[in-house]
Amino acid sequence: MSRIKGCFAALQAENRKALIPFVTAGDPNPAVTVPLMHAMVEAGANLLELGVPFSDPMAEGPTIQKACERALEHGTSLHDVLAMVSEFRQTDTTTPVVLMGYMNPVEIMGYQAFATAAAAAGVDGLLTVDLPPEEAGELVAVLQAVEIDPIFLLAPTTVDERITKICAAASGFVYYVSLKGVTGAANLDVAAVEQKVVQIRRHTDVPIGVGFGIRDADTAQRVAAVADAVVVGSAVVNRVADNTESPEKINNAVAALLREMRVAMDAGPPKVGWMAKIFGIGK
Amino acid sequence: MSSEVADPAFTELPDPSGHFGVYGGRFVAETLMEPLDELTAAYERLKNDATFQAELDRDLADYVGRPSPLYFAERWSKLLGGAKIYLKREDLNHTGAHKVNNTIGQALLAKHLGKTRIIAETGAGQHGVASATVAARLGLECVVYMGAEDVKRQALNVYRMKLLGAEVVPVESGSKTLKDALNEAMRDWVTNVDNTFYIIGTVAGPHPYPMLVRDFQAIIGREAKQQIIEAEGRLPDALIACVGGGSNAIGLFHPFIDDSAVAMYGVEGGGDGVDTPRHAAPLCAGRPGVLHGNRTYLVEDDNGQIIETHSVSAGLDYPGVGPEHAWLKDIGRASYVAVTDDEALKAFHDLTKIEGIMPALESSHALAYATKLAPTMGRDKVIIVNLSGRGDKDIHTVAGLEGISV
Ligand SMILES: Cc1ncc(COP(=O)(O)O)c(C=O)c1O
Repeated sequence: MSRIKGCFAALQAENRKALIPFVTAGDPNPAVTVPLMHAMVEAGANLLELGVPFSDPMAEGPTIQKACERALEHGTSLHDVLAMVSEFRQTDTTTPVVLMGYMNPVEIMGYQAFATAAAAAGVDGLLTVDLPPEEAGELVAVLQAVEIDPIFLLAPTTVDERITKICAAASGFVYYVSLKGVTGAANLDVAAVEQKVVQIRRHTDVPIGVGFGIRDADTAQRVAAVADAVVVGSAVVNRVADNTESPEKINNAVAALLREMRVAMDAGPPKVGWMAKIFGIGK
Repeated sequence: MSSEVADPAFTELPDPSGHFGVYGGRFVAETLMEPLDELTAAYERLKNDATFQAELDRDLADYVGRPSPLYFAERWSKLLGGAKIYLKREDLNHTGAHKVNNTIGQALLAKHLGKTRIIAETGAGQHGVASATVAARLGLECVVYMGAEDVKRQALNVYRMKLLGAEVVPVESGSKTLKDALNEAMRDWVTNVDNTFYIIGTVAGPHPYPMLVRDFQAIIGREAKQQIIEAEGRLPDALIACVGGGSNAIGLFHPFIDDSAVAMYGVEGGGDGVDTPRHAAPLCAGRPGVLHGNRTYLVEDDNGQIIETHSVSAGLDYPGVGPEHAWLKDIGRASYVAVTDDEALKAFHDLTKIEGIMPALESSHALAYATKLAPTMGRDKVIIVNLSGRGDKDIHTVAGLEGISV
């Protein structure tokens, strides 16, 4: 069983949801990343999303744009990111790692070369923001041959017909982008997310992660109540950005955020207030 | 569409999913896939709709001032001592460049789709001005994204856009130029997709943009073909156009693609030279990759990061190029060359002094290549150069380079 599948199966057996933090590899410098990955696992992360820095991150808001710029100041390349995963795997052989980024670095490395190197490094999934399934055929085949899961996005604008197509191409999990906008936006509507997750659920059995706009324990808890996994990006990267002077401070700040989220998520769905109970609203 | 073109292999591209061979396609975040499908469907419907076409034709005639003349640059041709050079006068269009052919068309699409807000990216400011112009006329809100560097280089156009009622947003991320403006426009679109129409300014971006921008610009080549037949009784021997994203070039080239005796030259911004790191010539000195929604040639490093480009002309200062050009290069139908900043500046001065026509710095690249090509051809040969825009916007840049403050 793949690490991602195993991870979700184990969580499901315990009736818990996955907490998936995102950091940009090499932000604010390459030495920070591997210790931070371990610190996140220790704080309760179940799966890690590691951002591959790109010069033109079209789907990112300012927070992750700046993280990319900091990482690129140190020349963090896709090769470097794979080396970080290798190093992480020396002591953690169980936590799944998904690379998240844009197509061009993978294009330039070459699909086969990337797949071989990524599998050897211990990468479990690849999410390229600008690769819809329509363009992904060749890459998906190469990835599946080395048991790396292609992770696809679903969006509020995705119609039923496309949901079917995307879910057919997906393995590992699917990632529902909770809002129309870029990463770090603040207009999360949990009721709308729930509705869409139910719609997606009709099309697939793979776990459904939800990301974009989850920034604290409260939003994490509310989203965990309706999805299988909660992806936290800009909120984590902000903790990195606020503490660039010391790796220890970064680890502590990120770990503190993830612990709060973990506790809130494990406590289960938010309790409905007494008014709602009496009047039957909020169901 | 034009009826004289026949070979389906050439004219039926892109394929239904937007590919020109391995190039083009749709490499965007999922949120944009449905809006792009909607746009494609609307365009397919409207392009064959007589009312829509009549509206477009009327606007092109009465508002843009088409057809633009095909002018025989007799004195300049004689001085160069070779082929006869004709200039397709896109500089005489309303707003001063070919860009408006496309914004008129896309604004009509926006209107038919019921969108109330227009966004655009701009480099030189010409596309921003052309977008702000059509937005003003249709009473639509308009936001133009422009790299902070370009805002400085093209102050006159920034002010023009503001006068037209547009909001100009300086983009501070990345290299602060056109590519970053495009990123920011995409971010806006993904956020405001319900009420917003993104008018892309060149034949780049995800499908259907490279196709529809080409179709709107192909009026250039259709007119030129008819005009040269009237003037010379035959097709030209060569076409020359500058290539930033490639819209004025594909506009001129496309109606001639099946006329295999007509040579086609796309001229990229060579900056300090394509053998230096400072240029904007993806077709001459780059390699294929994926950026801004399509696969095409890019100026990029060994790790797939996009490199900051350089050209004296802001409109050519872009690390990518339309996917149809990538394909035309690979199949050998068009040739792509680069000329340096200095060569372009010389052509700017030459045309101004010899013909009394002040060309845009972008167009000056095409002219500079004509000065190389024409003398190698006989006096009975004919070249059409696309004079994509006028040079008024560049006067500050040219004066500055010569140490003059105006
Ligand atoms: C006058 C003029 N010519 C050419 C260009 C380059 O664009 P394209 O290659 O799409 O024609 C520009 C872009 O701003 C321009 O203003």
